[in-house]
Amino acid sequence: MSELTKLKIAEARDALRKGEVTSLELTEACLTAIEGAGALNAFVHKTPEIAREQAAAADARIKSGDAPALCGIPLGIKDLFCTKGVASQAASRILEGFRPEYESTVTSQLFDAGAVMLGKLNMDEFAMGSSNETSTYGDAVNPWRRGNDDTALTPGGSSGGSASAVAADLCLGATGTDTGGSIRQPAAFTGITGIKPTYGRCSRWGIVAFASSLDQAGPMTKDVRDAAIMLQAMCGHDPKDSTSADLAVPDFEVMLTGDIRGKKIGIPKEYHMDGMPAEIDALWAEGRAMLRDAGAEIVDISLPHTKYALPAYYVIAPAEASSNLARYDGVRYGHRAKLSHGDGITEMYEKTRAEGFGEEVKRRVMVGTYVLSAGFYDAYYNRARKVRTLIKRDFENAFDAGIDAILTPATPSAAFGLGEMQDADPVKMYLNDVFTVTVNLAGLPGIAVPTGVDSQGLPLGLQLIGRPWEEGDLLNTAYALEQAAGFVSKPAKWW
Amino acid sequence: MSIDIETAARVAKLARIKVEQDQLPELAHAFNDILGFIEQLNEVDVDGVEPMVSVTPMRLKRREDAVTDGGMQDRILSNAPDAREGFFAVPKVVE
Repeated sequence: MSELTKLKIAEARDALRKGEVTSLELTEACLTAIEGAGALNAFVHKTPEIAREQAAAADARIKSGDAPALCGIPLGIKDLFCTKGVASQAASRILEGFRPEYESTVTSQLFDAGAVMLGKLNMDEFAMGSSNETSTYGDAVNPWRRGNDDTALTPGGSSGGSASAVAADLCLGATGTDTGGSIRQPAAFTGITGIKPTYGRCSRWGIVAFASSLDQAGPMTKDVRDAAIMLQAMCGHDPKDSTSADLAVPDFEVMLTGDIRGKKIGIPKEYHMDGMPAEIDALWAEGRAMLRDAGAEIVDISLPHTKYALPAYYVIAPAEASSNLARYDGVRYGHRAKLSHGDGITEMYEKTRAEGFGEEVKRRVMVGTYVLSAGFYDAYYNRARKVRTLIKRDFENAFDAGIDAILTPATPSAAFGLGEMQDADPVKMYLNDVFTVTVNLAGLPGIAVPTGVDSQGLPLGLQLIGRPWEEGDLLNTAYALEQAAGFVSKPAKWW
Repeated sequence: MSIDIETAARVAKLARIKVEQDQLPELAHAFNDILGFIEQLNEVDVDGVEPMVSVTPMRLKRREDAVTDGGMQDRILSNAPDAREGFFAVPKVVE
């Protein structure tokens, strides 16, 4: 039955509707694949009972003729999403034992559409990381390897478990979240597609908050069509999130015509980084040629403040995180430290947070505390917010000049080995997000599409950035790029 | 700007994270790496630029100022490490 798990969402949907397969069969095939993939450490809380129950309900619904696109499709859910009665701990020790009494808006929309939850997926702690190495569950592992070398590689992060699970065909699609590149970088590292929609498209309600002005959920899937289908179900206005956009969600799949004739694709010169591997440069050049051959016009553009995006991000994101993570105090949920005789409430907070948070999370919370502290607020936080205005303005100028989408590399390298960055200073790890983080700061939609492999056989991806609220057009450009690239490689099964 | 051990200790205190004395030098070092990286922002001319408040300018929705939910004490307390008699329980706060 392992062939069933290789199906794309669109293929499974069509087979389900024709009665060629049942959701229960699909679900059992995925559960079996998950059982056999412990080495990937992608699924960290399995929910087979819920999955079978949802699959049976979906089968009944399909039989009755009421079958939305995702009805009966088995998915994995990032651990950052609160799922009612199911462990949801953002890969942090501080949320050990937490079982939400409520369901996030995005997952409830997916379940209303008939989707099946196979379990919760590994990630970096509180989505802070680019390699899935900060997780309390241990590293998630990339199903891809460098040729015959059995070095364990990172699936990227923070949505590393989602990327690994989709690339290894453990599920048909997965949810991810993206604050600085956490959907697009892991998608690129594992040869799958991942889209971060415009800020405000997906409700953040019930998603554990990292940096509220940057966080967005999105799908991670096997191709662009699946991304369109799954994104459709995840989007929509939610009164419970005040930043959720009250805008109609178009039918994204219908917009996939592959016709991009006359579209203007911007190539930002600032994304040519010093020391960028030749393979990434070549991949980018190939992408330009593919879009040109498809009838698009390639235009050189400038986004002058690109260089300042990462430093601005590493002020704004930790500042928001220090505020958001103040709620983990050992009182209302999760871990509380064992106290010594005479310890008061301050010791309880300090010990609980010292035990519950991992090193990277502590570092970011403290950096955030510092940049918001009296005397530094203007110098750091306000200055970063002004730079953010300038970064967004760069994009607005490009779009005002008629650019439809911007093509960039997705990552500065292919997947690296787990542990390889251990001795590097934190800033080196942050450079993973150099091409993706601008998009979060400007609130724009961005998509990573696999377009090639490097000399060691590892997948590489390109990123397309679209105009705000025009995910449909962006997906169509991505679809044209996907068609031209014809990326079909799969990791050889070793797990 | 260089962070000394004393400042690192003060920030840890403000963040309510216990950091052992012998770990403070390493923490101060990490802060300096990150803040050194952030210093680049000083190169940018931000005169007359408004700090961003909302990335997608839109008017926040208003709703009637009325109670719409509640009456779920058990559910709210269900994840508490220590809940007693319908309350969250914490160590003594006031002597």
